[in-house]
Amino acid sequence: MQPFRLLAPLLALLLALPAQAAEVNVAVAANFTAPMKVIAAEFAKDTGHKANLSFASTGKFFAQIKNGAPFQVLLSADDTTPAKLEAEGLGVPGSRFTYAIGTLVLWSAKPGLVDDNASVLRSGRYNKLAIANPRLAPYGKAAEDVLASLGLLAGARKKFVMGENIAQTYQFARTGNADIGFVALSQVMKDGKLISGSGWIVPANLHTPIRQDAQLLSLGKGNAAASALLDYLKTDKARAIIRAHGYEI
Amino acid sequence: MTLSEGDLAAIWLTLRLAGITTVLLLIIGTPIAWWLAHTQSKWKGPVGAVVALPLVLPPTVLGFYLLLAMGPNGPVGQFTQWLGIGTLPFTFWGLVVASVFYSMPFVVQPIQNAIESLGPRPLEVAATLRAGPWDRFWSVVLPLARPGFVTASILGFAHTVGEFGVVLMIGGNIAGETRVVSVQIYDHVEAMEYAQAHGLAAVMVVFSFLVLLALYTWNPGKTRVGMP
Amino acid sequence: MSASSIQARFRLAYPEFTLDVDLDLPGRGVTALFGHSGSGKTTLLRLIAGLTRAPDGHLSMKGEVWQDGRTFLPTHKRSLGYVFQEASLFPHLTARGNLLYGMKRAAERLDPAALDHVIDLLGIGGLLERRPHQLSGGERQRVGIARALAVKPRLLLMDEPLAALDLARKQEILPYLERLHEELDIPVLYVSHAPDEVARLADHIVFMRAGRADVAGPLSETLARLDLPIHLGEDAGVVLDAVVTERDEQWYLARATFTDNPDAGVWVRDSVNPGGHAIGHPVRVRILARDVSLAVTRHSGTSIQNILPGVVETLADDNHPALALVRVNVGGARVVARLTRRSAHDLGLAPGKIVYAQIKAVALIG
Repeated sequence: MQPFRLLAPLLALLLALPAQAAEVNVAVAANFTAPMKVIAAEFAKDTGHKANLSFASTGKFFAQIKNGAPFQVLLSADDTTPAKLEAEGLGVPGSRFTYAIGTLVLWSAKPGLVDDNASVLRSGRYNKLAIANPRLAPYGKAAEDVLASLGLLAGARKKFVMGENIAQTYQFARTGNADIGFVALSQVMKDGKLISGSGWIVPANLHTPIRQDAQLLSLGKGNAAASALLDYLKTDKARAIIRAHGYEI
Repeated sequence: MTLSEGDLAAIWLTLRLAGITTVLLLIIGTPIAWWLAHTQSKWKGPVGAVVALPLVLPPTVLGFYLLLAMGPNGPVGQFTQWLGIGTLPFTFWGLVVASVFYSMPFVVQPIQNAIESLGPRPLEVAATLRAGPWDRFWSVVLPLARPGFVTASILGFAHTVGEFGVVLMIGGNIAGETRVVSVQIYDHVEAMEYAQAHGLAAVMVVFSFLVLLALYTWNPGKTRVGMP
Repeated sequence: MSASSIQARFRLAYPEFTLDVDLDLPGRGVTALFGHSGSGKTTLLRLIAGLTRAPDGHLSMKGEVWQDGRTFLPTHKRSLGYVFQEASLFPHLTARGNLLYGMKRAAERLDPAALDHVIDLLGIGGLLERRPHQLSGGERQRVGIARALAVKPRLLLMDEPLAALDLARKQEILPYLERLHEELDIPVLYVSHAPDEVARLADHIVFMRAGRADVAGPLSETLARLDLPIHLGEDAGVVLDAVVTERDEQWYLARATFTDNPDAGVWVRDSVNPGGHAIGHPVRVRILARDVSLAVTRHSGTSIQNILPGVVETLADDNHPALALVRVNVGGARVVARLTRRSAHDLGLAPGKIVYAQIKAVALIG
């Protein structure tokens, strides 16, 4: 009988641990990769919960979630996909909120090519313009909005090269294969400054806002870590991290 | 099942890409296969390995390096700019160049195997019958190694049709120029247009099946080589 | 240096042996390159054909340089025909297609009548529309020989054309080769390791051993040498040219009189064909050393019919310590006898001694 006196509290401790520190599987839009890694680390430190992060395009996550992928939270790259999931009964109603607003930037790997007036766009003196596929990526849709607002869409379209997502779009511009590209500010900014090249931060009034919404999925209902993460994204600490990566909120 | 105009354009583009790539690969790959089959050079191993590299490399890796190499700062890009033809990414001919690399082992290896199993004897016989080197190739190697060439053409063509990762990396998704069937299907899926994706994917499945059916019935494995 | 002969000088190092030859081969008749496998016969043939290259080789064919320090005529530009060990017909062509392959390309070729003659000579007229896989081994080889002749070569190279065939097929082809031998007026280099083929077909012989061509010369003269580099063992013996001079129809025998000594000859089995061997017909007889015994007096009351008086020329040890070879000159023609050394000692055999060569068996070949 002696050993049990020691074993019982130990068992209780082991069993109690998961109840306090839970795990959550998070589907993260690819463009939010960098800030989310920082946030997840802080989240684990502050709450003891663990966030398992998966990164892919929002379109892919949509297909996967529809087919039973084990995600509890979706951090979407847009605001339509979470709404659609909710409508299909795969998201928990009322849990949706905007966790970040993307900032679009016209960027070139060449220093001096892009000025504050984006005159390079007007002059047409560039070989290719990299944009994310407007059908697939909110940043691409926003880029089209900008060109339309400036009355340059028809001319620029001929020089489009389209990335499947914003990461590939950045790759086209970064390797110099496209002179300029509409990319996410988060991709080319670090500590509030451009990493390299030249850029023009597109005024928000030239396009519909790139709202990135978070959604608690049906599988995450009742998961302590899931609701804790969603709450954590709204804290000042998380928002500071998000802003530092070039997003508005 | 109806295919949109964009789908049809993608199919036509894909067939054109695969056709041109296959012809180029037969022209480029045959001498390479010939050399690999005959050489005793210490470079046989390294060259063979380079040719086979696309078999093991993820297409995205190959695509990424091609993007760097063919870009304005890459060695290939510098060369094409010096030639005055600009850079290759986002162009049809860029895809052709990439596909030639990507599908190379599927063309070189069957031809190499066929030539190797032929052995030197038929060529020696032809030489003693007054046939010069080119003559020997057309009149002896080609007819005797024909099953290898047929296999190489079909595999090269089919593999180019199925190419996706490389195209995604260097294509830039331009309609009529670089938007091939596999990319078009991917777009449909990503845009959640599942019906269109199904339609086009079905075409791909039927096509692939027919190609393989042709390969296995028309050319049933028993490469007839050697001389009685 | 003769414009009527084939001069070949090659040196080529291999891991197992070094081929090192300097030969002046006759510009007509069949020259056998004879030796064990691995002695370099085929390599020499390939060097002559240009299929293998020796960097510092020299080769001239009746005054035409095929290879020297500056020139190397590629195989397809050499006027030669090559018969491979296996017929090596092109499987994608019919027998006729194989025949025409070289003819279409050669600067010189047989005219249609001559081609018909070759087809007839090799008995392949009925096979021309067949594919190689529909032919027997012997038929394939005959087509292969016709194919090599169709380009009207100035030199015919044959690499053991019978080696891949079984005995029956060999017997099927040998008569064709003998007819070729009689009719061809171009030099033939014939690689073989089979003494019986050489005895039947060759006019000259080159002994090859470990990459070297030590002994070369006319066939009968050379075979009568007792210092041959290759021990022929049971196959040791001579080949003599002869002419049919007499026939004994009652006993189916024919008398073959030696060309080298019209006073001497041997009785041989006559042909069973009606009429037998025609008088005046040139023949070859092969007398093996093991079938010859020697006596110092003329024996009577023996079953042996062919007894030739002669003079001992020379003696030599055979490869077994009990055996000796003795060469006897029978009035210009030479025969070799194999005896035990004890017999030779007991009979007091020595050069100059008069003996009677008792020949137990003679093979009439061709």
